[in-house]
Amino acid sequence: MLSLSYYLVLSAILFACGVTGFLIKRNIITIFMSIELMLNGVNLSFVAFAAKWHALSGQVFVFFVMVVAAAEAAVGLAIIIAVFRTRQTLNIDQVNLLKL
Amino acid sequence: MLHLTLFSVFGLICVAGAVNLLLQRHPINSALSLVVVMGSLAVEYLLLGAEFVAAIQVIVYAGAIMVLFVFVIMLLNAGEEEHSQGSHVAWLLGIPGVLAVTVIICWALVRSEGTAVALGVTREASKAFGNAADISQLLFHQFLLPFEITSILVLIAIMGAVVLAAPPESVQETKREG
Repeated sequence: MLSLSYYLVLSAILFACGVTGFLIKRNIITIFMSIELMLNGVNLSFVAFAAKWHALSGQVFVFFVMVVAAAEAAVGLAIIIAVFRTRQTLNIDQVNLLKL
Repeated sequence: MLHLTLFSVFGLICVAGAVNLLLQRHPINSALSLVVVMGSLAVEYLLLGAEFVAAIQVIVYAGAIMVLFVFVIMLLNAGEEEHSQGSHVAWLLGIPGVLAVTVIICWALVRSEGTAVALGVTREASKAFGNAADISQLLFHQFLLPFEITSILVLIAIMGAVVLAAPPESVQETKREG
């Protein structure tokens, strides 16, 4: 049987890939997908801990995370559409009105 | 042994998809590699005995959310991303920092392996663990209030998405009529 740390390392790698994508990507949609990747990494560690402690509430929390991710994706993509409509660009560097 | 083989194969596919998401310049390629990541994560959930989570991972994540992403990418006709001054700084500072943090976390996790108890997903345990009946027992008794609150959250999100994505003229018309 596999030990917990294998799953946690995979989850950490996925989360790190998500953080890297969030930092280096310049397309709003790709940045948004990196956030989904981070959520998936966290979900994996939730399920791994649920399997380790035989506690089903971990899997229920994954369910809640998925609901929040779905809501976030719907609202976020709507915001992206609104940004694209007003500025005609998806490049995050050109959406900088709030910058000092 | 089979467990380890399946874990390694789908874990590698998972990491390859995640790295490919970073390397691709075109958003649609990134979206498709994210689908690969989510599909292989569903297999990992099955290995951990979480049938229900694996099913909704495929249906909700790889199905619904990714269709939404691909739809928006096609709607906005998103092209290849352009590189700018900021992206070079992010490459130079971000990647070494993230790599360092990841290596430290992984090192700590692997080092503590001696204390970690092996995952006991035996056949008897996985039969009675993580199927839809057990989860619904928990969801509709202990977590009933959070469950109902998420339904309100989803409703608000739907309304927000419709208002935000609607063309500005149509929103003003509705205000005038209302």
